[in-house]
Amino acid sequence: MNVSDALANIGRSFLDGQAMLRTLPDMLAYGVWNTLLLAVCATAVGVVLGLVLAVMGTSRHRLPRVLSRVYTDVFRGLPAILTILLIGTGLAPLFNLFSRGNPYPLGILALSLIASAYIGEIFRAGILAVDRGQLEASRALGMTHRDSMRLVVIPQGIRQVLPSLVNQFIAIVKDSSLVYFLGLITSQRELFRIGQDAAITNGNLSPLVLAGLFYLVITVPLTHLVNVIDRRMREGRPLTRRGARSGSVGPGPGPGPDGGRVSGDGGGSAGGASPVAASADPVLAAGPASSARASSSPVAVPAGAAPARSTLSEGAAL
Amino acid sequence: MTLVSDPPVVPVVPAAGSLAIRGLTKDFGPVRVLHGIDLEVPAGTTTCIIGPSGSGKSTVLRCVNRLEEPSGGEVLLDGTDVLHGSDDALRRRVGMVFQHFNLFPHRTVLDNIVLPLRRVRSISRAEAEAVARERLDEVGLAEKADVRPASLSGGQKQRVAIARALAMGPEVMLFDEATSALDPELVKGVLALMKGLAAAGMTMVVVTHEMGFAREAADQVVFMDRGVVVEAGPPAQLFDAPRTDRLKTFLAQVL
Repeated sequence: MNVSDALANIGRSFLDGQAMLRTLPDMLAYGVWNTLLLAVCATAVGVVLGLVLAVMGTSRHRLPRVLSRVYTDVFRGLPAILTILLIGTGLAPLFNLFSRGNPYPLGILALSLIASAYIGEIFRAGILAVDRGQLEASRALGMTHRDSMRLVVIPQGIRQVLPSLVNQFIAIVKDSSLVYFLGLITSQRELFRIGQDAAITNGNLSPLVLAGLFYLVITVPLTHLVNVIDRRMREGRPLTRRGARSGSVGPGPGPGPDGGRVSGDGGGSAGGASPVAASADPVLAAGPASSARASSSPVAVPAGAAPARSTLSEGAAL
Repeated sequence: MTLVSDPPVVPVVPAAGSLAIRGLTKDFGPVRVLHGIDLEVPAGTTTCIIGPSGSGKSTVLRCVNRLEEPSGGEVLLDGTDVLHGSDDALRRRVGMVFQHFNLFPHRTVLDNIVLPLRRVRSISRAEAEAVARERLDEVGLAEKADVRPASLSGGQKQRVAIARALAMGPEVMLFDEATSALDPELVKGVLALMKGLAAAGMTMVVVTHEMGFAREAADQVVFMDRGVVVEAGPPAQLFDAPRTDRLKTFLAQVL
């Protein structure tokens, strides 16, 4: 037996097209969807629980902070498989009354409990990272502490950690494979379990490789989404449709005072502080009517200059 | 584009109140930073607080609206004590403008004003928007209502912050180094707005490093050093005839 034989064996074991093809229908028919169902539901519940934990964890009062801390320490400190087995089988007698033996509700619950511990920490870090001046300003305006947190601080904290949240979703997609420990009937199987079953029947690892490819198809675009969100936030572009509206509406009460009145101010925003103004600038240079006034109203951009506006439409798309 | 930085429309001042600070002390742990401050600010006048950094100027302001709880002494607004009631109620009567603007970056300029206005005054969105647009117009930024603060220059941000504070209808306005974070060429516009406000009869307490502003706009200048008021009086007296060595040294350094 020489090296090339060994390599050929490994190649067959990993990349057996026949074995993959036999597994593909199951994966497409329900494997992918079951994995996504588990991950999306667990993330949704985990985000809600995580938000509660973060609010408790940043409370002015000691008791909620301690409770949040203990919960987080426990569910972050236990192996995921242990939590899933304990919750999934331990609470089964109670839950089976409602779910008729379907392990999904408890599997999702267990995944959510684990996820919420991490998501809670992500949110908490985001909330704590919001500049203290934000809370002071809203308090100085007469808003209550509760309103200030709810309307000013927490929304900003969440926005800052959107990339980390996508990362957490990726982790949940991968952890969802552990639900197979709770025992799944054929149509309940998710990607990993289908791959594992097929690997045993085929005596070949290729179905698991295929499962791996499916996981990557789900997760890799998400990691790139993280980068896009991250970059966009660092450049200060609006994340929401609401923000995109900003450049196009100008409901000033007439031709009266405008931003260009105080010389330095107008110059500042035209110089690139505003993404809207910056993206319109090259257009102005090329356009027929390049008056300084137009820098604050990109609506006036001539139609022929579409490429230069791409940053604007990107902003609107998200 | 005009190169003139004429002062914006003079804002309407609803009802200016008087402010009195008596024997104000503040301790941070074992460290006493304010050693019994006394200050009278009659209704409709402007007091500028000057002094070296770390002298406790900002802490005085922050004690007035209780962003810091005073350790001792009294703060009277229109003759009534404000240290023992609700701090939210107090802050509805006192507006504050910060060095770093502290606009809400996730809200549009208009919403920066509408949001606190609705929460605090419990008025409808339409009413709040009307007030907000009026205040923005006064600071010359009506057309910026629907942009995010991030797209404004520092000077524009501070003018929005002033409009936001004014929209709440305060009886007293506090300015905490409102122009210190601005590029030099943007300082003028904000100072012009503050002067307009003082001239319109707002009661103002202004912590500032702008000696020119203090001389021109203040009815009273207060010099603080190491947690005490060293000298107080009309600007001409403090700037032209300082009595203490500490003030003389300070003026020699900044003028």
